[in-house]
Amino acid sequence: MKRKKNKKFPTKYILLIMTVFCVIIIFSSVTKEVSSGPVGKVAGAVILPMQKGLNRIGSALNLRADNLASKKELQEENSQLKEQIADLEEQLSRVSLEQYELESLRELYKLDQSYDQYDKVAANVVGKETGNWFSTFLIDKGSKDGIEIGDNVIADGGLVGIVTDTGNNYAKIRAIIDDTSNVSATNLSTSDNCIVNGSLRTMNERQQLEVSDMRDKDNKAKAGDQLVTSSISDRYLPGIPIGYLTEVNEDSNKLTKSGYLATVVDFEHLEKVLVIQHTKDYSDALDN
Amino acid sequence: MRRKIFIAVTIIICFLLQSTVFQRLSFVSISPNLLIVVTAAFGFMRGRKEGLFVGFFCGLLMDVFFGPVLGIYALLYMYVGFINGIFKKIFYPEDVKLPIFLMAVSDLSFNIIIYFGMFLFRGRFEFGYYFVHVMIPELVYTMIVAVVIYFILLKINQKLEEIEKRSAKKFV
Repeated sequence: MKRKKNKKFPTKYILLIMTVFCVIIIFSSVTKEVSSGPVGKVAGAVILPMQKGLNRIGSALNLRADNLASKKELQEENSQLKEQIADLEEQLSRVSLEQYELESLRELYKLDQSYDQYDKVAANVVGKETGNWFSTFLIDKGSKDGIEIGDNVIADGGLVGIVTDTGNNYAKIRAIIDDTSNVSATNLSTSDNCIVNGSLRTMNERQQLEVSDMRDKDNKAKAGDQLVTSSISDRYLPGIPIGYLTEVNEDSNKLTKSGYLATVVDFEHLEKVLVIQHTKDYSDALDN
Repeated sequence: MRRKIFIAVTIIICFLLQSTVFQRLSFVSISPNLLIVVTAAFGFMRGRKEGLFVGFFCGLLMDVFFGPVLGIYALLYMYVGFINGIFKKIFYPEDVKLPIFLMAVSDLSFNIIIYFGMFLFRGRFEFGYYFVHVMIPELVYTMIVAVVIYFILLKINQKLEEIEKRSAKKFV
């Protein structure tokens, strides 16, 4: 019986039909920005609760592994941290002075344009991209909770990424460390604009991102400068901290500079994120 | 029916493990690719047709949750399943070399295609770097996990085939 069936409809044709089917899906999702739709709904309802549960086991295992870090390492880290604290304390006193100044200036100008004013939703990270090429992840809040495509996501006071797809009870987020991600940024100390490129390679090599196209006429940009999202970006709200420059090099064209940036957010141990419920124009958000 | 439920459960379990537990257990931010193991295993254990469908659904699941474009992983996994299915003719459960070899080649070629399709055309030309730092580590890690998963799948598959044979005899 079975063999007869196979003869009637050879696997070759099934392959052909399915291939055409896939190609159609790919084209429709590229051109019309069709999100996962009904399949996403069903899958979200079935998979998400299980993912949440399993993720807890995963983080427990992770903690166990972290506990095994040796004593010597910890001592070394301790002394390093103490130095860092001294540094930071010094910085803090300086910053608090500046903060005071800033506040008084803001009051003068009534400039309360930071991202604090928008509504935010807290969400848990429940799954990470299954391959090793991209950095996207899932959170356990979706369109039901008011999350829209194009919403910015932050954690630990820094930019995490952008929502690229939503389901009923989940949302897909592309992190800024993803290889396809580009963020327009501003250097706080020189107010020059630049682009922060996500890069698999620099993430692997030094846990940092690439910074490119930085204009710096006065040669003032230096390691340690803070970069925030720029106001000219059409996807990211202005003023969200991205990270700190760790290296600045002059490009061969002698006009722009490039460098590396350490993110504020610890992407390795990302568990809770905040989604800002306010989008800039997001018509291009899915282009990449 | 029994077989369909078994396959669905296997795919879902592997997807869940891969997106949660194994992401936490990643070494140097590399994690194994369980779904390719499942797809390849069903391909050479059960033939082209089943490999094709198992691959399609594995890929679709990845597409819905993580894919950059809907349908791309479904297409890739489908071909992986189909091509592995061709080797059913020379597959014997007692021989471990062929399955391991097939799974390794599947994983590697899958990654190479992803590199060419989604990285090369964006100006990331350092194939050597990505080969050494992404593909090879993933291959090694995947193979270690694959040995375990493969034997579990093989045992369950043999049980299922026995049951199916028995019920087929009843009807005769």
